[in-house]
Order: sequence, then structure tokens, then C-alpha cells
Amino acid sequence: MFKFKITCDQATTICDKSQYRKATLLEILRLRIHFINCKICVLYTKQNNRMSRVFKKNMRKDVICSMTKEEKEAIRTVFENKTSMN
Amino acid sequence: MEKKGKHTLHSEKWIDLYADYLYNYAMARVSKSEASKDLVQETFFAGLRSMKNFEGKASERTWLVAILKRKIIDYYRKINSNKGRAEVRMNFYSDGENQGDWLEERVPQTWGSDTDKKMENEELGGVLNDCIEKLPEKYAMVFKMKTLRDFSTEQICKELSISSSNLWVIVHRARTQLRRCMEDNWFVK
Repeated sequence: MFKFKITCDQATTICDKSQYRKATLLEILRLRIHFINCKICVLYTKQNNRMSRVFKKNMRKDVICSMTKEEKEAIRTVFENKTSMN
Repeated sequence: MEKKGKHTLHSEKWIDLYADYLYNYAMARVSKSEASKDLVQETFFAGLRSMKNFEGKASERTWLVAILKRKIIDYYRKINSNKGRAEVRMNFYSDGENQGDWLEERVPQTWGSDTDKKMENEELGGVLNDCIEKLPEKYAMVFKMKTLRDFSTEQICKELSISSSNLWVIVHRARTQLRRCMEDNWFVK
């Protein structure tokens, strides 16, 4: 069942998983073996790491947003119509 | 109007008490202001319709959030079926002897030596946002949840009721398209 040869398609998917620390050891091993023959995926991985850094820098974790008073009132109007119909 | 005990729901107070909470909850997942507002509104209406099914086992807010969760899954399925159909996978050969290899025109470009400097630039955040906006909506939604909001894989799979392999394929495609867009607009100019 140990299939070590993988396609570039599978390799890049493993690479993406590893960006979130979600690739298994076996997958990492397969990826490494793939690197021996495939310089394109090496390049992809390098660039992917840099992309991750960019994403991290732009991460917005706690954006607290709220609806405006008018928006709430708009819902309230429809809402009250529905309540009075019941 | 008061019914007795825990089974009472005060629907007239919902908007004041829960609108912002539910809106934030939806925004963290959907990331679209208009869509989130619609979801909140639908949640209230659905809550109103099924008020008699409320058994008082959970708090009012928990109950409304449970409804909102269903609405978010519905929303995700809707954008999934709208845009998913026309989708063509362009990154790899899908048949013939080159199957699974890079298409020549899709091979990653070499990034110039000043790329790192460009990545430090403040404008980059704007370019990134533009590129995310260009993604198909379901990719953008899953990608933002995973990368920008830092949801766990398990949580996303559960909340959108998708499989983890499905999630990784979406994340992969989103990242590939993003990288291409960033290359075109920023790195390789």
C-alpha cells in the first residue's frame, strides 16, 4: 500500500496541507521523495511558504462589526409585521 | 403574554439582544456583509416560525445560533452549486500520459529578487484582498475561514458539512489561484 510516487497534483496538495501543519509524516516523506525528481514542486513549495507569511501578516482575527441602527430598524419593521400576522 | 417557566421566548427583544452577536458570527464565516445581514434576518424569521418547537433546553441565544448554523450551511450549498458547475480545473493535465503534471503555462514563475522587499510593502494587503475577491465565492469563504480566521479543519468541515479531503482541495485551488493573481499583479511585474 505504500505508494511513494505521487503526481505534482498530489504533491502540491500535501504542500498546502503542510502550510497548516496538517500533513502526515508519510505525506511529508512522499513529498520529499517527489522533490528529488521535480524542481517545479520545490519552487512551488518555496513560494507557498512565502505566501503563507503574507497571509499571516494580513490575518484579521477579531474584527468586531455591528449592524447599523438603520439596518436593525429595517429588520424590526419586517419582523413586527410578521409577528402581528401570527 | 408570559407563558410559564423556561419555555418563553421574547422575540420582541431578539434584535436588540442578538442581532450583533449573530451578525459577527455570520461575518466570521461568510465574510460578506450583505449576505451576513440576510442570514441574520432569515434566522430571526425562522426562529419566529418555529417558536413553538423551542423546548427550553438551551438558552435563547444558543437556539438562534443553531438556526443560523443551518442557514450558513444552506448558503454555502447555494454558492457551491451556483459557481461550482462552470468550474474547470486548469492547473494540471487531467488525462493522457502527462496526467497530474504541471501544464506548461501553469508552472510557477520565478519570482524576482526584489519579491521579498515587495512582500514587506504595505500595499500588499490591498492586492491580497483584491485577489481574494476574485476567487469563486466558495473558495474565498473556505480559504478565509481557514487562513485568515484560523478555524480548525474539523470545525470548518463540521460547520459546512464537507469532508476534509474536499476542504483541502478547495484550499489548494484557492491558494493556487491566489498565487497566480499575486504573481500577475505584484511579484512578476
